[in-house]
Amino acid sequence: MTVGLFIPCYVNQFYPDVAIASLELLEKQGLKIEYPLNQTCCGQPIANSGFEKSAIETYNLFVKNFHRFDYIVSPSGSCVHHVKEYFDIIEQTDEVAHVRSRIYEISEFLVKILKKENFNSYFPHRVGLHQSCHGLRGLNLGKPSEIIGEEYSITKKLLNNVKGIELVDLDREDECCGFGGTFAVTEEAVSVKMGVDRINDHINHNAEVITATDMSCLMHLEGIIRKRKLSVKIKHLVEILNSTN
Amino acid sequence: MIDHPQAAEIFNEDEERVNWHDKSLWVVRQKRDKVASNVKGWEELRELASGIKAHTLSKLDEYLIRFESQAIKNGAKVHWAADAEEHNKIVFKILNEHNAKNVVKSKSMLTEECGLNHYLEKKGIDIVDTDLGERIVQLAKEPPSHIVMPAIHKKREEIDELFHQHLNTELSGGDEVYLTREARKHLRQKFLNADAAITGVNFAVAETGTIVVCTNEGNADMGVHSTKLHIASMGIEKIIPKQEHLGIFLRLLARSATGQPITAYTSHFRSPKQGNEFHIIIVDNGRSKHLGRSEFRSSLHCIRCGACMNTCPVYRRSGGHSYNATIPGPIGSILSPGFDLNKYSSLPFASSLCGSCTDVCPVKIDIHAQLYKWRQVIKEKVHKDRIKNFVIFISSRIFAHPSVFKLSSKIGNLSLRHLPQTITNSLVKGWTKHRMLPEVPENTFTEWYKENRK
Repeated sequence: MTVGLFIPCYVNQFYPDVAIASLELLEKQGLKIEYPLNQTCCGQPIANSGFEKSAIETYNLFVKNFHRFDYIVSPSGSCVHHVKEYFDIIEQTDEVAHVRSRIYEISEFLVKILKKENFNSYFPHRVGLHQSCHGLRGLNLGKPSEIIGEEYSITKKLLNNVKGIELVDLDREDECCGFGGTFAVTEEAVSVKMGVDRINDHINHNAEVITATDMSCLMHLEGIIRKRKLSVKIKHLVEILNSTN
Repeated sequence: MIDHPQAAEIFNEDEERVNWHDKSLWVVRQKRDKVASNVKGWEELRELASGIKAHTLSKLDEYLIRFESQAIKNGAKVHWAADAEEHNKIVFKILNEHNAKNVVKSKSMLTEECGLNHYLEKKGIDIVDTDLGERIVQLAKEPPSHIVMPAIHKKREEIDELFHQHLNTELSGGDEVYLTREARKHLRQKFLNADAAITGVNFAVAETGTIVVCTNEGNADMGVHSTKLHIASMGIEKIIPKQEHLGIFLRLLARSATGQPITAYTSHFRSPKQGNEFHIIIVDNGRSKHLGRSEFRSSLHCIRCGACMNTCPVYRRSGGHSYNATIPGPIGSILSPGFDLNKYSSLPFASSLCGSCTDVCPVKIDIHAQLYKWRQVIKEKVHKDRIKNFVIFISSRIFAHPSVFKLSSKIGNLSLRHLPQTITNSLVKGWTKHRMLPEVPENTFTEWYKENRK
């Protein structure tokens, strides 16, 4: 099995530890992982701003970088969702179709493709799970609270298998954090208020750490946490799964 | 005109109020979750309702004509209005022919869309909204801020003050029982004096020519039964094919809207009482044009339950008035640009694209996907933000070329690390007023990877 690792542009820049944890976690499963060096971005920031046609070259580059792998894995539900959902404006060649059907958010890849749910992780902290919207509602990593049906959550399942962890319940289990790409800047007031409310929900339930499947949510929340000098910390899901005793 | 971000910023100046508004609507969302989960096959109902709407829209012309002929057989008079102006003229003409000066109206977002109140007031007609929430905003000279709970933005104390001013009530400190009783007294007089009743339409059944109106206050019935003239205004998309389909929508509507199993009144109007007149005005006002936009067609499925507003984290924290549109919130943000692309160009961007609206929608409109699609249309047709367009153009070049990407990443990181914070902050204004930038690490992952794995 060949696996290509896609690291979102801002994770590469600002959160290399998350990328390293993703790589290590995958390698520990006995996989040989390749990180194509010519990768840039999935194009979402451009497309969500209303310029998807300007993102076409970026889409093509993405396919060029990743079509040769059996699977493409990324620690971002949002980027993966974008590739799956919105790469429909380029010609649907076999390569494009392959990339769109074989790209996985990392927790889904671990559970559904590798069939692994326990990684001997150890993380003795009170953790609040922020369910990033694109992973939850876009990739169905869990049951969104709006949908009526049987409860399930891939991310909760993985976290519950972490030794020492205490997952806290939240008042609003899957409300958006307010990042939303350029929304964070163009709708600054609402975006920040959404972030503040999300953080307070975690703090009110004594979470020491907020985790998520998307670093973009956490970057936004961390920005507010640091500005307000709050003590709650952020960690990407893979950082927790990759923590050992 | 101020756009959504500006209006939202003003709304957010009073954080306590934002919290109150957010919580009031969140409670409704929670009630919806609870009653919806009591219905076996809720998701199948949504699927069915969506399918019926899609089918109906695909043969809308046939169903409309069928409805018209049935309604005429039932003794109703049917009128067709191409736009708001024609609708208003028809209403006035009918009222005028009956010398009706005092009109009571139950909730109708369509007449709101057409600006009917204002039009009739100028013609010297006393038109009174009889839904309590609607009456409150009418007295306050404000548009509704929500389609189901028009005065949800008003606190009890403010309503107390408003009634004191307009209805000569005592100041009660916001005693809801007292205020409701006073509203009943006030409205009862209006019903007794009314010459005509106007209602909206929730569903129009093609098979039977019946219109169905859902209210909690019984005010539609009260108006119709206390006058000899009933005018019902409906958009062309209100049609459902058969009576048997009604149950599907009724099961979804009130549960999605307010978390009730059903509205207190579900009134079926078919034939006028002997000596009375029943007029139905079927209004297009941009709908058939919207029907032609295949990507946005399913937004016409909307049954106006308002669930997308209650669930929307942006709506709850910016208030209905911030949208400055007849229909606010997520559904309004995909309907309004169809009416006036320039005026409503900020609305499709008033969303984090979280998708909660899509998952809560009882008729399965892919609201978040349509918001995304409107963004593409707006950026192609409404070029107003040259600087942002330029920034996007540059980033699209950067992302398309790995070598440029690497270089610019390097420059970006170096500048964030070494430039004084005052300069970097001004570069990314909009982020840094309330948020810190991420700390810049020594190495990017790419650099680490080259050193450790290659």
